Amino acid sequence: MNSSNKPVVVVIGNGMVGHKFCEKLMAASTSFQIVVFGEEPRPAYDRVHLSEYFNGKSANDLSLSMAGWFDAEQDIVLHIGDPVREIDRTAKVIHSRKGIVQPYDFLVLATGSAAFVPDIPGIEKQGVFVYRTIEDLDLIRDYAREARNGAVMGGGLLGLEAAKALLDLGISHPHVIEFASRLMPRQIDSAGSHILEGRLKKLGLQLHLNKTTLAVEGEGKVRSLRFADDTSLDLDMLVISAGIRPRDELARLAGLQVGTRGGILVNEKMQTSDPQIFAIGECALVAGMIYGLVAPGYEMADVVAANLAGGHKSFTGFDMSTKLKLIGVDVASFGDAFVSEPDSRTIVFEDRHKGIYKRINITGDGTRLLGGILIGDAAAYNMLLQTVNNRLPLPPDPEDLVLGSRGGASAGAGVMDLPDEALICSCESVTKAAICSAVMEKNIETIDGMKKCTKAGTGCGGCVPLVKDLISGTLKANGRYIRNVICEHFDQSRQELLDLIKLHTVKTYDEVLGRWGKGDGCEVCKPAVASILASCWNDNIQQQAVIQDSNDRYLANIQKGGTYSVVPRIPGGEITPEKLIVLGKVAKKYNLYTKITGGQRIDLFGAHVSDLPNIWEELIAAGFESGHAYGKALRTVKSCVGSTWCRFGLHDSVSFAIEVEERYRGIRAPHKIKGGVSGCIRECAEAQSKDFGIIATEKGWNLYVCGNGGSKPQHAQLLATDIDKATVVRLLDRFLMFYIQTADPLTRTATWLNKMDGSMSYLKNVVVEDSLGMGAQWEAEMQTLVDSYKCEWKEVVDSPALRQRFVHFVNAPRKKDPTVAFDSMRGQIKAKEW
Amino acid sequence: MGSNATTVNKTNTGAASGKPGKWLLACHVEDIPADGGACVSFGEEQIAIFHFSRRGQWYATENRCPHKQQMVLSRGMTGSAGEQCEPKVACPFHKKTFSLLTGECLSGDDYRIRTYPVKVKDGKVYIWG
Repeated sequence: MNSSNKPVVVVIGNGMVGHKFCEKLMAASTSFQIVVFGEEPRPAYDRVHLSEYFNGKSANDLSLSMAGWFDAEQDIVLHIGDPVREIDRTAKVIHSRKGIVQPYDFLVLATGSAAFVPDIPGIEKQGVFVYRTIEDLDLIRDYAREARNGAVMGGGLLGLEAAKALLDLGISHPHVIEFASRLMPRQIDSAGSHILEGRLKKLGLQLHLNKTTLAVEGEGKVRSLRFADDTSLDLDMLVISAGIRPRDELARLAGLQVGTRGGILVNEKMQTSDPQIFAIGECALVAGMIYGLVAPGYEMADVVAANLAGGHKSFTGFDMSTKLKLIGVDVASFGDAFVSEPDSRTIVFEDRHKGIYKRINITGDGTRLLGGILIGDAAAYNMLLQTVNNRLPLPPDPEDLVLGSRGGASAGAGVMDLPDEALICSCESVTKAAICSAVMEKNIETIDGMKKCTKAGTGCGGCVPLVKDLISGTLKANGRYIRNVICEHFDQSRQELLDLIKLHTVKTYDEVLGRWGKGDGCEVCKPAVASILASCWNDNIQQQAVIQDSNDRYLANIQKGGTYSVVPRIPGGEITPEKLIVLGKVAKKYNLYTKITGGQRIDLFGAHVSDLPNIWEELIAAGFESGHAYGKALRTVKSCVGSTWCRFGLHDSVSFAIEVEERYRGIRAPHKIKGGVSGCIRECAEAQSKDFGIIATEKGWNLYVCGNGGSKPQHAQLLATDIDKATVVRLLDRFLMFYIQTADPLTRTATWLNKMDGSMSYLKNVVVEDSLGMGAQWEAEMQTLVDSYKCEWKEVVDSPALRQRFVHFVNAPRKKDPTVAFDSMRGQIKAKEW
Repeated sequence: MGSNATTVNKTNTGAASGKPGKWLLACHVEDIPADGGACVSFGEEQIAIFHFSRRGQWYATENRCPHKQQMVLSRGMTGSAGEQCEPKVACPFHKKTFSLLTGECLSGDDYRIRTYPVKVKDGKVYIWG
C-alpha cells in the first residue's frame, strides 16, 4: 500500500469532518500518505443539508468531493463501505471488516455520531426510523408512501428538520414529541419557544411538549405511542431524533480514554490518551463538551492538519451560534443566548401577532452585545453575530438593534464597517478581507463565483446573506450598479411596482413613468410594466403597443429576416381534420413554412407583417384564436390522449388540459407559462417538465409545479396529492397569482421557486395551507382575469385602426419589405441566413 | 401630439453641419406612434422615424440594425439612457441599443447607425437627405 516512504495517516470515518481533514492536510503538506476508511457506501456528503434530499437534491448533489477527486490525488486512498473493526495500538495497525490490515504512523478518528435511540419498549418495531444518513432517508421515503400519520420524537434542531422532511414527503400534519417543556432547548428560551410553537402550528405541525414516551405499540409495525400521562397517539411511522451519541466504540475497544457519558477524550491539540491518535468532530470530547455542529468539527480538523504539518494550533472552544430556517420560520441563537441578570441586561421584543421574538443580551453598561435569540425574523442575525464577535460598539439606543432605527439612520454597524479580519464564514475560515479582495481583484460578483473562489458559504451556508451583502457593499463602495430594481428608470422592484399600480389603479405606462419613474423609460421597464398592467387589468395590449416587446407589439414572433410566425391556439393539442385543412390552406396561400411545435401546436413561419391581419382574419373565421406564442403568457397545456383511447389511462387528460388551457389563456405573467396533463403515471405529456403539471392517480390528480425544460431543466415538485379537478384549479389559481404578483421580470416559475426563502415547503404553505390568507383574494383576481379574456387578434382584425399598424412602410402601406428573401429546403421556404 | 409644433433635431449630420441636401417629406405626424417608431420608404432607403411625444422630440435613423443587417430598428422600443436622458432605441432581435443623437451603439459593440435631421411642420414630418 505505502509504496513511498511517506508517513501514513489513517483516517477512520469519511463524513464531513473526516473529509475536511483530508482536504486540510493535503493543502498543508505533501509529505503524508493518507488512507481513509468509511463505513457508508458512498464518499463524504453534506449531512447539514440532508433534508434537501427530499426536495429533489440527489445524493450526487450533496456529495462533497468532485467525482474523481480521490482517483486524481495520488497520496490518498479511500475505502468506502469498509468500516474499521479494530485498532491494534501496539502493532500500530488497523483491521478493516473486509480484511485490510493497514499500518499507521498517525491515526485520526472521525467516526462522528449516531442517533441516540432511547431505550423504550417496542422501539425496534417496523416503521421506527432514525434520521442520520442518506440510507435512513431512503428508508423513510419508501415507508412514507404508505403512511398517513407520522411523528418525530425530539423537538430539537434535527427533530424539527425531520418534521419538515415528513411534510415534504406528504405527511400533512406531522407530530413532534418533546420531553422538555420547550422546543430547541439548547438554542432558545421559553418565550422564544412559545412564539416558534405558534408559527409551526400554523404550518401544520402538531406539537406535544412535556411528553415522556413509555412504549411504542403495535403488532410488528408501529401503530401508536403511549405516554406517561396516560394519553396515546396513533401513527404509522416514527422518526427518532432525540440527540446524538458519539461513536466511541472503536476507541473504547482500543483502550483509549472516553468520557463517562461517551465521547473520546482529547486535549486542545485533539490528541487522545495515545499521542499518535487524534479524534475530531462529533466523536471527540473536548473540555467536557461534544460539539454537534459542523463548523467546530472543521476547526478541529484544521488543528490536527496544521499540527501534523509542523504548525502550532489549539482548539479553544467554538462559537455555537446558529441560524436556520425551519419550515420557512427563521430561528437563530448567537453568542451567549441565555445570560441574564446580574451579568447582563436583556432587551426583548415580542410580537405575538406576527410571530416574532427577539432577545438581545447586552453588558451592564450598555456598550457591548453578548448574545441573543431571534425567532420569526432573523434578518439581523449575521450582523448581530459580527457585533458580538468583533466587539463592535452598540448604538446609543441598543434597542434599535432589534426594533430597527426609528430616526432614519440605520441601526448599529453596517456590514462594511466590520474590521478586515472579521470571520465571515466560520466553516471555511474566510475573512471579510478575503471576500472583498476577491470582489475587487478577481471581479467576483456572484455568490456562486465567491463559493468557487474562496469556499465562503460552502459549509453550513449560514453566512451566504452576509457574503452577498459584502459583495454588493464592495461593489457599491466602488460605484458599481447593483440594486435589485427594474432598471435605471425606476427605484422599485417588479413586485413593488405591481403593488403601487394596483393600489392607485394606474392603467398606462405613461402614468406609471410620470408618477414613479424618470427619463423616457427603456426596453427593460416598458415590457415589464406592460406585463404588470396586463396582469392587473387585462386590457388589450394593443392599446399601448409601443411599450410592448416586439413580439407583443405585432402579436406574432419575429424571426430571422424580419418576418413573423403565427401560432393559433390548439388547446390540449386536440384538433379537428377541418381545422387542419384550414391551417394547410392558409399556409399555402401566404407561402408559409409549417412545423409542429414542442407544445403540440402548428407554427406557420415567414409571414410579412402586413399579411398578419389577413392571415388571422381567415384563421378566426375558421374558429381559431390567438395562441399567445408571442407573449409572456400561458402557452400550451400539453396532454396525452388519456382514458378516452389509451388502455392505461385513468382519467380524461385531454378534456382537463383543454379546460385548464382555456381557463388561463391570455393571462400575462413575468415569463411564459407552460402546462401539461397526463392521464396516468407513465406521464406521456411530460407534465413534470412544465410550470405546472397535472398527473392522474387512482384517486384523483397529483399537482406538480415549477418545472422547467430549456437550458436548465428542472423537475416540477409535488404540490398536492390525490385532489379533485376543482381543487386542482383552485390551487392553480392561487399558485399562478402568487407567481404573477411576486416574481421578478423574465423569471420562470422554477427560478422563482429557487430564489424563494423556504422554497417548496413555504410555497406549499402559502398555496395549499393558505398561510398568508391570500387564497380567496387570488382566486377572485384570477376569476376576474378569466372573465375578461378576449382574443386580442379578433379585436385587431375587427378594428380598421388597429389593422393599420401592421405595415412595414407607413408611407407605402401596401409595399412589403423588399429585403425579405427566402431560400428553400425540403420543399418549403426557409429564412435567408444572416 | 403637437402636430403644429416645429421641431428641428440638430444632430451631427446633414443640415446642421451644412451638408448639401434638402428637406424631404417623409410622412404625417399621426403615422408615427407616440413614444414609438415607424419606417418610411425613400426609394431604396428605409428610414426609421421616432417620436418622443413626452418631450416633443423627433429622431430619424437608418432602419437597418448593423448587427445582423435586419430592417427592424423602427419596430424597436425607444427610451433613454443615463442622467442626460440620451434618447435611444433597442433592436427587437438582440436588444442592441443605439443612441438616436449620435448613432453610436450604447450596449458595448462597435457599431454605429446613420442619423438624419428631422423637422415637423404643419403636421408633416420631413427628413434632411
